[in-house]
Amino acid sequence: MADTPASDAFVEFERVQKSYDGETLVVKDLNLSMPKGEFLTMLGPSGSGKTTCLMMLAGFETATHGEIKLDGKPINNIPPHKRGIGMVFQNYALFPHMTVAENLAFPLEVRKIAKDEREKKVMRALDMVQMGQFGGRRPAQLSGGQQQRIALARALVFEPELVLMDEPLGALDKQLREHMQFEIKHLSDNLGITVVYVTHDQTEALTMSDRVAVFNDGKIQQLAPPDALYESPENSFVAQFIGENNTLEGVVESIDGNVATVRLDDGEIIKCKPVNVSKPGERTRVSIRPERVEYNKERMSDDAHTIKAEVLEFIYMGDIFRTRLRVAGNSDFVIKTRNAPDQVRLKPGTQIEIGWLPSDCHALDA
Amino acid sequence: MTTSSTDPGSMDAQTSGNGAKPGPMLAADGTPLKRSLNRALRRQKLRALMLIAPLLIFVLITFIAPIADMLFRSVRNEIVQETLPMTVEALKSWDEETTELPDEKVFEAAYYDMFLAAEQKLHTRLGTRLNYELTGISSLFRKTGRAVDRFDTDKYVDDFAALDPSWKDPATWAAMFANEDIAKALPQTAHLWQRWTDFLQTKNEDPAKEDVEPFLFTSLYSELMAGADVSGLSPRLEQAAGAVKTFTPVSIEQQFIDADKDWGNHEVWATIKTYSPAYTPGYFLNAVDAQLTADGVSARPENEQIYGILFKRTIFMSITITLSCIMLGYPVAWLLANLPMRTANILMILVLLPFWTSLLVRTSAWKVMLQQQGVINDVLVWLGIISDSGRLIMINNQFGTIVAMTHILLPFMILPLYSVMQTIPPTYLRAAKSLGATNWVAFWRVYFPQSVPGIGAGSILVFILAIGYYITPEIVGGTTGTFISNRIAYHISSSLNWGLAAALGSILLAAVLILYYAYDRIVGIDNVKLG
Ligand SMILES: Nc1ncnc2c1ncn2[C@@H]1O[C@H](COP(=O)(O)OP(=O)(O)OP(=O)(O)O)[C@@H](O)[C@H]1O
Ligand SMILES: [Mg+2]
Repeated sequence: MADTPASDAFVEFERVQKSYDGETLVVKDLNLSMPKGEFLTMLGPSGSGKTTCLMMLAGFETATHGEIKLDGKPINNIPPHKRGIGMVFQNYALFPHMTVAENLAFPLEVRKIAKDEREKKVMRALDMVQMGQFGGRRPAQLSGGQQQRIALARALVFEPELVLMDEPLGALDKQLREHMQFEIKHLSDNLGITVVYVTHDQTEALTMSDRVAVFNDGKIQQLAPPDALYESPENSFVAQFIGENNTLEGVVESIDGNVATVRLDDGEIIKCKPVNVSKPGERTRVSIRPERVEYNKERMSDDAHTIKAEVLEFIYMGDIFRTRLRVAGNSDFVIKTRNAPDQVRLKPGTQIEIGWLPSDCHALDA
Repeated sequence: MTTSSTDPGSMDAQTSGNGAKPGPMLAADGTPLKRSLNRALRRQKLRALMLIAPLLIFVLITFIAPIADMLFRSVRNEIVQETLPMTVEALKSWDEETTELPDEKVFEAAYYDMFLAAEQKLHTRLGTRLNYELTGISSLFRKTGRAVDRFDTDKYVDDFAALDPSWKDPATWAAMFANEDIAKALPQTAHLWQRWTDFLQTKNEDPAKEDVEPFLFTSLYSELMAGADVSGLSPRLEQAAGAVKTFTPVSIEQQFIDADKDWGNHEVWATIKTYSPAYTPGYFLNAVDAQLTADGVSARPENEQIYGILFKRTIFMSITITLSCIMLGYPVAWLLANLPMRTANILMILVLLPFWTSLLVRTSAWKVMLQQQGVINDVLVWLGIISDSGRLIMINNQFGTIVAMTHILLPFMILPLYSVMQTIPPTYLRAAKSLGATNWVAFWRVYFPQSVPGIGAGSILVFILAIGYYITPEIVGGTTGTFISNRIAYHISSSLNWGLAAALGSILLAAVLILYYAYDRIVGIDNVKLG
């Protein structure tokens, strides 16, 4: 999985395990290495161990087994305050008894930076998040988004090379959140810092990251850039978790290089790309993205595989149309089409024929 | 829709069509908005008042009123006026700045007052009261109370009887003062006769059967001598008025001095005069080791000053106890707040355990622990840390009081601290550390300031409880570890000087209020959180 060579890795997890109670492993055999300057997102359902990984990196939890290295040096024995890692907490953790400026000055004070230098840096950090005139306020007097920006500025003001963010946008509404996603990404690019970002919002992960690590069950299910993650999921968990997906269940008939033939449960035979299947006779889940399915004959490519479908429901969503179909016994088969002037609006009850490219159709583990 | 008002009700008011016009905002039915709001609120307030009324009345009747009355005693002083009304009146013309004793008139007035007071047995109470101001007055009054009966003034009785034996008959007197003209001519004697018969009636005795006491004859003699005009009123009186000049006068002053030579002491009279007003700062002065003498306010002699020391000690020890509670309670509260819920609950029971045992038992337990033959000394001797002859004195002194009271008041510190600390998320500490703070800096700069409201609440609770504590210092305090409250209790129940007790109590109350105010000024009372 570690596709960057270990030599220039900045953050490295080596066979890390973690258990809180001595009975269950919350993190099982974690291997991860990040180069400097990367924006890596840990994505996964609740309880999958994301925060735990972050806490181990920050030094608030110790790994039960394995080693964590920062810039080539093991950090297991370095106390948290010496790690020089900036951290943005889920609930911001701005100190309520200090003003915004005092909050920002805190990391500089403990580093014994002279007063005028300190003030300059605080001002610069505040300007960076466009909060220049809020220095005298208390955190309680700020809105959620403003607090979030202050938390970010505080994590960055002492110029750490590594910044950890644990669901920093979790509490914000959609619009503010999208705005902040952009700002965070922008800042991290400008400053060239290495970021480990935790979220369970997949859109956030896809839009911000250089690479995304999908967590489940204490393991990294897939570590890849967003497009690879979306377009070629390595297992059915990732396929299900990232974006919307149609699944059809069946049995592998044969595998021939890049093409697998699958007999679906209702007898239909389709061709797909084998990803996570190895031999004929295996059960498989075939996954196709809703936007890769076409029903307009004129747009369908010649080598598309076609199949009969019945329209069950048509949902108008503004920019797109979402149509629910029954395909090969699956009545939850969804297709998405762009709202273009020439687009046909399908009527419930009509029988149509849909098609997709075999390369868009992945045969994954059952 | 353009009013400058920011009243939240303005929207409603505007829809009533009264929009842009400046002036009072109107509600939907046309009444001014303020008034209808007030009416709505008044009903709410009334309902709230009705809900608390039973408790309010209960507290008022059983608590606040008695306390107010008690505190009022600290300035009340009618007793002198009530017991010695004529003396107080007569003393007004006496100048206490001179070294001379009051004149015969004052002694005469004192004689009448004393006689009546002694008959009513009121003189000892007054003696006790004045004894607070001048030691010795109590016994002086007691002695004189016995002596007034035997003053040589019975000579006047014989003199009058010699003129006309009917003078000895109470009926003569009763008839005489029934005549208003005579009562007017002899106002003082009439007044005394009135007081005397009133007194007899309260004792259910018949004034017509009791002997006429010498003091009445003395007053009569004195008034006739002063030239009271009785001509044409009664032949018996006219005869007496003509004859009194031939009587040998009795010096009342001499009678008093014979009874007790202290009556010749200028200071006694000065004290009576100084304390004759109905209200006096005397108790308060007493409570701050000062006294009110004829020459104004002055400090008491060094060896009589105790309250200043006691107040200082009370405050010093209360502060020490509060500080010890903070020192001991803070780590415990911190532990409780950071343990998992289940363990914390069990420990919390241990913290609360002392509340389930009697205060007396806990205090007595400390007595057992700390005394010289007690558990701690035994253990220390057994360990060889101290020798058997060098056993530590840890009880019946300040140390004992501080130890026992710290233990007793500790829960009052831990509980508010705990509930405040529980609301401080652990992420703050983590955040501080991730920002580069060491454990200590993270605690001191980030955690501690947020726990200050808890310290404030706990300190106020502990300090105010400590400053008025009574039982524990009483039992383990000995002489050096007692509080002002013990002294108050002593004056309430033993010396019966309630005025002084009330003054001490008032000062204590004022001290607490001042500290409370100072605290509010420095820390801010909204900063006090109990949870
Ligand atoms: N201090 C702890 N003691 C015991 N178990 C813990 C502790 N912290 C976390 N866990 C357990 O470890 C597992 C992983 O927790 P973690 O907080 O890492 O999840 P997460 O991926 O961050 O989830 P979320 O998205 O909800 O924040 C969970 O099952 C959780 O119950
Ligand atoms: Mg988490």
